[in-house]
This record gives sequence, structure tokens and C-alpha cells, in this order.
Amino acid sequence: MKVNKNIAVSESGFLFDSMSGDSYSLNPIAAEIIGMLREQKSVEDIKKTLLEKYEVTQTVLDKSVDEYIFTLKKLNIVK
Amino acid sequence: MKKLPFERPIIKKLNVGISNKFGLKTELEPITHIDNVSVSELIKEHGSPLFVISESTVRRTVQEARRAFETRYPKVQFAWSYKTNYLDAVCRIFHQEGSWAEVVSRYEYDKALSNGVEGAKIIFNGPDKTAEDLKIASENNSLIHIDHFDELYTLIEIAGKLKKKPRVAIRVNMDTGVHPQWDRFGFNFENGEAWEAITKIMSSGKLEFVGLHTHIGTFMLTASAYEKAAGKLASLAVDFKKTYGKNVSYIDMGGGFASHNTLKGAYLTGKDTAPSFDEYAEAITNALTNSKLDPDNMPLLILETGRALIDEAGYLLGTVIANKKLSDGRHSTIVNFGVNILFTAFWYEHQINPEKEYSQSSETTVMYGPLCMNIDQIRDSIQLPPLKKDDNIIVSSVGAYNMTQWMQFITLRPRVVLIDVSGGVHVIRKNETNKDITALESVPGHLAKI
Amino acid sequence: MKKRKITVGVTGLNNIDSPGPGIPVIRGLRESEFFDVRIIGLAYENLEPGIYMHDLVDKTYQIPYPALGSDALMKRIEYINSKENLDLLIPNFDAELYSFMKAADRLKKIGIHTFLPEMKQFEERHKAVLPEFGKKYKIKVPESKTILTDKYFEKMEDEDDFKYPVLVKGKYYDAYVAHNDEQAKTAFHKIYAKWGLPIIIQEYVRGTEVNVIALGDGEGNTIGAVPMRKQYITDKGKAWAGITLGDTNLLSLTKKLIKKTKWRGGMELEMIKTEDDEYYLIEINPRLPAWVYLAVGAGQNLPEALAKLALGIEVKPFKKYDVGKLFIRYSYDLIVNLSEFEKLTLYSEL
Repeated sequence: MKVNKNIAVSESGFLFDSMSGDSYSLNPIAAEIIGMLREQKSVEDIKKTLLEKYEVTQTVLDKSVDEYIFTLKKLNIVK
Repeated sequence: MKKLPFERPIIKKLNVGISNKFGLKTELEPITHIDNVSVSELIKEHGSPLFVISESTVRRTVQEARRAFETRYPKVQFAWSYKTNYLDAVCRIFHQEGSWAEVVSRYEYDKALSNGVEGAKIIFNGPDKTAEDLKIASENNSLIHIDHFDELYTLIEIAGKLKKKPRVAIRVNMDTGVHPQWDRFGFNFENGEAWEAITKIMSSGKLEFVGLHTHIGTFMLTASAYEKAAGKLASLAVDFKKTYGKNVSYIDMGGGFASHNTLKGAYLTGKDTAPSFDEYAEAITNALTNSKLDPDNMPLLILETGRALIDEAGYLLGTVIANKKLSDGRHSTIVNFGVNILFTAFWYEHQINPEKEYSQSSETTVMYGPLCMNIDQIRDSIQLPPLKKDDNIIVSSVGAYNMTQWMQFITLRPRVVLIDVSGGVHVIRKNETNKDITALESVPGHLAKI
Repeated sequence: MKKRKITVGVTGLNNIDSPGPGIPVIRGLRESEFFDVRIIGLAYENLEPGIYMHDLVDKTYQIPYPALGSDALMKRIEYINSKENLDLLIPNFDAELYSFMKAADRLKKIGIHTFLPEMKQFEERHKAVLPEFGKKYKIKVPESKTILTDKYFEKMEDEDDFKYPVLVKGKYYDAYVAHNDEQAKTAFHKIYAKWGLPIIIQEYVRGTEVNVIALGDGEGNTIGAVPMRKQYITDKGKAWAGITLGDTNLLSLTKKLIKKTKWRGGMELEMIKTEDDEYYLIEINPRLPAWVYLAVGAGQNLPEALAKLALGIEVKPFKKYDVGKLFIRYSYDLIVNLSEFEKLTLYSEL
């Protein structure tokens, strides 16, 4: 999975899509996930990292991350 | 290493032009405790959903209301409106605070008696009183507020057979400049019907006419309407004195004071627009003291306000069941309480807070209840932090009408607890069980086997 | 003379095609020979142009909508005050005035002055109660009536004195002229859908619309007043150009009204002058209007005067203004870097 080239994310969690002109705000964990996707990490690896770092069950994490990735795809932010 | 708290990842499109109006800190403030009792402990101990009533809020509110009126008028009496919340524990707090009982059915009447309220301190209102009800109320020396002529004639007939005269008042409806005008209850002021009723009562010789009652509407956001209403009742009392040479012993201004909830579609919050007890008191007592009533024989002022006295004391704790995307991209949250127990969701934009602290991010969500019914919607649009399954939320100001208008529908009704003034938690209504409900049912023999 | 330094919070930075009064108020303050102002912009939306006008606005904070309650608003103002030490706050939106008036005492306690109408003045000038206002202060107002159903129109001409055309108005905003039943009903439902009940039916008074901007000191004195007639009106009904008038009748009428009501703060009177030279009051806006800079340009710096009144500095009433001064609005494209928008959106400060 790849983050599109035209996507710029600032440290503050502001995402700008230069193709569409849309801008978005991300919460810290959402920005963190985009950062890992940028590093070409697989979704499985990302989940593993998050599971170690955060107080969360596998089920809740799976559901949350899958839903988020689904949204990113729909918004043409990742391919 | 200690793990960090997890928050659902969210991405929110920035609508240019429309500000992140809820993006400011204050809106997402968690409510972790109610009267110093932990919300998560309450849920752990008593389950979710759970109704919570703060006794200290009830007492503080009723004392505040009394102070507003008693500092402006010599004789004031509150009567607790049973239909607003008739859990026995709640009623008894009001009775301990000196309130009489205001009831609108035989069910409520009997409840008031069993709560230890003296018959003479029960006001019997409403259009539905049977001949039997009227007889009992008369024998108990209760105050009967007559709603229509059928009731008046029935009562005159009953009174003939009784040893003492029933004590009665009439309910009066009138134009106070507020719409809709509540003209379905009582006798109209402007067209002379109210005076007609008084004349009938007096000429019968069988009833003791003691008071005048009105109840001009509900959730009244302007105090001035009460001024007009009090003025009109005072003028009736003055006419009564002129004609019959007797003073009316009380004027009952009913209820209808607004609570701090925000009505759907209102621009400003209820907290900002609801008149204070002082404003209502000022309007009512001004009208009475500026009327032609004899200053040495002012009638007792009775108030039956319900909602404004109990709404803020009630909370509903609940839990997120699921998050879901709707087909149009909107986010929705399903919670474990529905309109079956939060009836007021039909007309209020209830304030809903998370129980825990989240980051500054928020999302717009539609909040649905758990019922398999399309109408089960708690809020059509609310800004909340990224709640996830099993997170708790708190609905504020639910003390009025929910615990009386709730329905046993699809599921069972939850427990109600009271937090007393020293922080002790008491169950005041147990969880309903299947047995409680089916105990009233019976199955005919031919259906015993399926 | 050394100018006195003050920090002023100003809302209404929406200097768009239907502009708020914030930017013109700031221009007046900036031109003051008495004050040296630091302007703190208070914005609701992230594209209000004033936020990005750094020569006029020194710093901007986002504030929550009044609809979120005055608690949220006040907490935010207290936070801003802790950073900026505000001397004065000038709210410029109708919808926020109620909240700020209610909070005036709380603001005063933390050192923030305001100069707003009293609640009673604010309430009694509402459109729905204009006839009572007219009666009380002996000023002509169009006949009007509050209605709750569109069935009213079927019998209006038979039972009431209203004849078409009539104005159909919402309680807060919106007004349509209706020439017959059908138009009246359409207007009724348009307004009902947007603003709810009640709907106000108002007699349509023929004549020329004239406006007066004025400032009352709260003791019955008129500090300044300038009448204006719109020269060109946009499709949104906003003045795109206007000219100051030398109408002394209009001025004396304004002064009388301010004397009787003891109006405190800025105001705009919307009046109709009929062919027989009679004046009808249509509406009172309880704040300085967006064309306030015309008054400044004509010699009455009303924003400066309002700031002085708020801070308890003595103000002498203006004696004159230039008649025949025009304002002509124009639009102007600001160039803004995305980083500024980003900063404001994410941190609510710029």
C-alpha cells in the first residue's frame, strides 16, 4: 500500500491533497499511521507496532485500523 | 513500558468556511464523576445503561426556587408534580423539602398517600377523575381542581351525599400571548366560562371554593407570560371577593418553567435562554402585588413546577456498542440506550459528554440507540471525540419525564440509583426482569404447548 | 499628545459580499488620534478575510459559536484575555449580542469593557414586538401581526386591515414582499423552514429606504448620528454604495428616540420615508452597521467614540458631518499561504 505522491502531511496533523485541493485534519494516531505507510510498512506490521505501543485489544485495533485504511482508500490518499 | 491510551484513528475533511466550531477544548470535556462518585465505578457496579439521580442537586434546586419566591412573597407553597418523576425516593426528597403533592390520576394520588402525604396536602388535577376518585379525594379533604363542567356537575352530585363540603378550585385557561394557547384544560377566562363555573360552584352551596389554578404551557421561555396569567387570576379573585365577600385562599400558578435543556432547532443553548427562578418569581409576584388584591389578605401562592426542579439532577450513563459509516459517508455511533428510555431525545438536543479524556480531535456523528427501529435516534448530529466500542458516555439533564414516560419496549428498563448528599449510592429502582413483565401475562390452555 | 495604548477584541471579520462590521470598525479605531490600538480578531469561521489582513488585525483567535452556550464562549474569552490582556471587546454580530450582553458583568470583572445595549433595550426592539415599541416611544411603525399558520392569508384581506402587497418576515432574518395569497404562502413556508415560527406580517409602506447610524451614551444623549441612503443594492439586499444625507428631520427623530430609550451603544435605524415626508421605523439593529466607515469618512469616528465611552472617557457629541460623502464598496483578493490557513484551523490561533 502506498501513500499518493500528491499528499503532504505536516507534523501538526494537517493533510493537504494537492490534486484535489482538499485539506483534512488527522488525530495523532491517524498521522502516525500515514507516517508508517510512507515508510512502506505493511498494514500487518503497522498493527503489530500499534498493538505494542497502545493499550488496546486486537479486535478493536483491527476494526479501527481497517476502517481507517478503507476511508483513506476512498479518499484517494493511499493506493 | 506502560502502554499509551488508544484512540481510534480519524481523518476529517476540513470544510473551508465552516469553522471547527467544536474543535475547542471545552466541548470535549469528560465527565468522570457525578457528585464525586466515579462514573466508571457506577457502571461497573450497577451496569449500563444506568440512570443516576443526584440528591444534592435536587435539594439545591428546590431550595433555590423557594428562595426566589419566598423572598418576594409572604406565603408560598410548592407541590411536587408527580408525573415529572414519581419514583418514590425522588418524591420523598421533595416532600422532605416541604413540597405538597400534585397528582393527575388515581394512580399518582394513591402513590402520594403511600408516600405519607396528608390528604389535605394533595392537589388533584387533570381531566380524568372518576366519581370514585372524587369521593375519595373529598373524604381526604384534598384540593380538587375542576377541569370541566361534567366534572363539576358530578362533584356537586357526590357532595350532596357527603358530610363535609369538598374543597375545590377551578383550572382557568387564558390568552397570555404565548402560542400554542393551552385551551383544552380548564375553563376559559376571556369568554367568561371561568366566572360561569365559579357562579355554579357558589350557587350549588355544596362545595367550598378555595382557589384558582392555571397552567399556561410547558417549557415557557418567557417569564412575562406568567405575569399576564397571574394578573388575570388575581382579577378573578378580586371579582370573587366583590361578589361573594370572601377571599380566595390560594392562587396556583401551575408549572411549565423551562429547564436548562436545549430544544431542537433552538439557536442558543437552553442554559443561556431559560429564565431563572428569580425571573419567573419576579414576574408572578409582581403581578400579584400590583393587583387589586387586598394586601392584608394575600392568597397563598402555590407552584407546581416539575421539570425545572428535577431535570438537571438526572443523568443517563451509557456505553458505545458500535461505530458505523453510513452510505453517504457520515459517521454514526450506536449506543446502548434508546428513545424507549430517553423519551426526551425527541425534543431536546441533549448534552452528551465522554467519560474519558481524548485528544483534541472530534468528529461529527449521528447517534443511534440500540432498538431495531428507525426512529431510535438520540442526536441527529453531534460532535464527539473518536469514541470506540465499550467507551462510556454521559447524558446530562434527563431527570424530568424520562423515568415516567419510558417504555418497556424491545428490552427491559435499566436500574436507577440515587447518590445521597454524602456520596452514598442507593438503588432506588431495580433492573426490570423478564419475570416482572411476564408476571402480568397468562397463556390460555390451548396455547400451552407449541 | 501621546496616544493611549489599548487592546481591543473585535468580531465580525467576515468582510465578504455581505460583510460584517468588524473590519470597518477596526479601520475607524486604527485611524484614532487618541488611541494606539492592538487589534485581536475573534473569528468563528476559518475563512473570514479579516483573519488574514495582518495590517489591520494583529492576531486572531477562533471562538465558539454562541449556539454552544455562553460558558464555552466565556472560557475561550478568558483564555484569550490571559494571553492578550484585552481592554475592550466590540461584538458585531446580531446573533452573538445576546450572549455578550449576558456576560458583560463577567467580562468587566476580568477587566474587559464593553458598551452594549441593555437587555431591555435589546428585547423591546425585536421585530415581533415593533408595534408595541412604536406605541411606547411614539414613533410610526408599519402595522404588523404575528401569525402561526398560512391559513391566515385566506382571510387576511376580509378580516384584517392588511392589503396586498405585504411583507412576510422571519423573527430574526429574512423578508419577502408578497403581492397575493400564493406569494405570501410561499414566503411563509420559505421562512418557516429556515427560522421557524412565528412569522410576521407587516404592512408594506411605500417610499424610500433611509438609514441612520447612531451612537447613544446610555444617558439619553446622541454622541453621533449620520443618515445615509443606499445608492446601489446587491442581489443580497446589501448596500454597495451609499451617500450621507443632510436630512435634519431624520436626525432629530433619531435623537428623540435615543433620548427616550436611553440607548446605549451603536445602532442602525432602518426607516422608510414616504412621499408625504412621513418616517416609518422598520427595524433597529442593535450595533454599528457594516457601513460605519462612511460615518468615519464623513467626520464622525463612531468606533473611536464607542471605545472611549466603554472605557469611561468623556466624549463630546459630534456636531457635524460631511453631507454628500459616498462610500463605494469593492472587493480585493488577498493572497494567503496554506500554512496560515493550516495554523488557524488546527490551533485556532493566527
